[in-house]
Amino acid sequence: MITKIVSKNFDIPNSHKLEVALANGRYSSIDKLFSMAPDDVTAEVTASGLRGKGGGGAACGPKWELMPKNDPRPAYLIVNGDESEPGTFKDRQIFEYDPHLLIEGIICTCYAINAHHAYIYIRGEYKFFSDRLNEAIKEAYQAGIIGDKIMNKYDFKLDITVHRGGGAYICGEKSALIESLEGKRGHPRLKPHGKECEWFFDNPATVNNVETIASVPNIVENGAAGYTKYGTAKSPGTMLFAISGPVKNPGVYEMAYGNKMIDFLNILGGGMIEGKKLKAIIPGGSSCPILTAQEVEQAVLDYESMWDIGSTLGTGGMIVIDEDTSMVDVAKNLIEFYHHESCGQCTPCREGTGWIDKILEKILCGDGSSEDLNTILDVCSTMNGKTICVFAPAVKDIIESIVKKFPHEFKTYFKN
Amino acid sequence: MSSFKFTPENEVKFQEYVSRYPLIDSVMLPALWLVQEQEAWVSPEAMVYVADKLGKTPIQVYEVATFYTMFNLKPIGKHHIELCKTLSCMLCGSRDIKKYIKESIGIEPGQTSEDGLFHLSEVECLGACGGAPMFALDGVYHEKLTTQKVDELIKECKK
Repeated sequence: MITKIVSKNFDIPNSHKLEVALANGRYSSIDKLFSMAPDDVTAEVTASGLRGKGGGGAACGPKWELMPKNDPRPAYLIVNGDESEPGTFKDRQIFEYDPHLLIEGIICTCYAINAHHAYIYIRGEYKFFSDRLNEAIKEAYQAGIIGDKIMNKYDFKLDITVHRGGGAYICGEKSALIESLEGKRGHPRLKPHGKECEWFFDNPATVNNVETIASVPNIVENGAAGYTKYGTAKSPGTMLFAISGPVKNPGVYEMAYGNKMIDFLNILGGGMIEGKKLKAIIPGGSSCPILTAQEVEQAVLDYESMWDIGSTLGTGGMIVIDEDTSMVDVAKNLIEFYHHESCGQCTPCREGTGWIDKILEKILCGDGSSEDLNTILDVCSTMNGKTICVFAPAVKDIIESIVKKFPHEFKTYFKN
Repeated sequence: MSSFKFTPENEVKFQEYVSRYPLIDSVMLPALWLVQEQEAWVSPEAMVYVADKLGKTPIQVYEVATFYTMFNLKPIGKHHIELCKTLSCMLCGSRDIKKYIKESIGIEPGQTSEDGLFHLSEVECLGACGGAPMFALDGVYHEKLTTQKVDELIKECKK
């Protein structure tokens, strides 16, 4: 069931050290990279169908193509390592076990989009991981892998800087991340009508997730066909899937797209811990509509299949919920998270998360009624599609799905 | 004039950060981190100092420092326990860990122990869901916590 591309070196002792990384194939894509024209690299990535692994699943190659050509301004690559979505803990595996794969991916990407400086925005809490990443970058500079030249021979200047966040979930939203990188509060920006690249101090920039960038060297080395042979036609390749909650073997496992969710739970996740029965799974980080145990039986882990059953694949980080857990408790826990993390810019989100939090508190105290469930659904509808970023629609997705799929659980709290 | 000043080592680090970005504005978070590493919290004086270094107004620094939850806006205990409370940790027993910390150190989230040794914060998802329940102790992750493990860590801090 496991297919290792990104996680190939994770189990090798000291895989984060340059010496070990070099002995195990890191930086082996660079010679081929520089034999290609930058546009050909982008074309290969587009042909591979590589999709962003940060949650949205947007195609990666077409995103690079948005970078303006022959623009006199410097271009930048910004790597999104703000990983803060509840249930998601995959990028940290790359920081910890194979930071040189990320650096290799950055070299490939920067060459393709003609960027000479890459910033890795890493969440503030990941101190250990940012230290490890900085050590790897230092090794790479000292060995001449990056800096004035690539691998001491290719005439391409590249700097990499790690930028530590300060503890704000919203900075995982790419435009909020750039605001933060520009030294401001993490407030998402209004989006343009047409498709265009991102802007870092008015310079063109591309923002990609850590795992997406770490998937690039394999595509450069083995071509698009080497990637599309895994996964499904529309969701090619592999992804680092994570599983947490009351299961025997919680953790991160790399699989091709297209495996059944129930198999992932039972085989790699080891099944539920003794005496627990499955009630539901939140599929890809907490912002995806919840699936009941019955729906889990049908779920297939690729973007299209998940959309077909009314949810999303998100980051692939699944949270498993057992029969003994109250879904009202789950909803309350998550709304507290979203209430705390709302950036406060848009009223429907800032107030909506707070209202739902208060209503759920009231229900948990036994003072709720059926009317309250309608109010929650009402508030959800005011949050959907009416804000600058997708934070509020994501809150609506998870809360509405819990209320609609488990209304009876809320009703057990009602006194009248 | 502000009473806060970077140590010579941190001044070097600050200048290194300045050289890494197209505009000095980006050095806001790195500078606040340097402040917190130096003093364990970010005082109003330090914010004025950072504003001065970055060519910003103090309010511009204040709005950033208060937006990001990791900056301590007042002094806290010597050891900072950040207990994850989000879903995977809750499902795996973070509430029991919270209760145990209350019993053994006598503090609830937001409080500092009387001896000033510990400060407990309840925080949102730390990205360690596979190791739930967990907390970060002085920034270091401790996963798959049991009461016994918590005991050992507390003892270690008291040494």
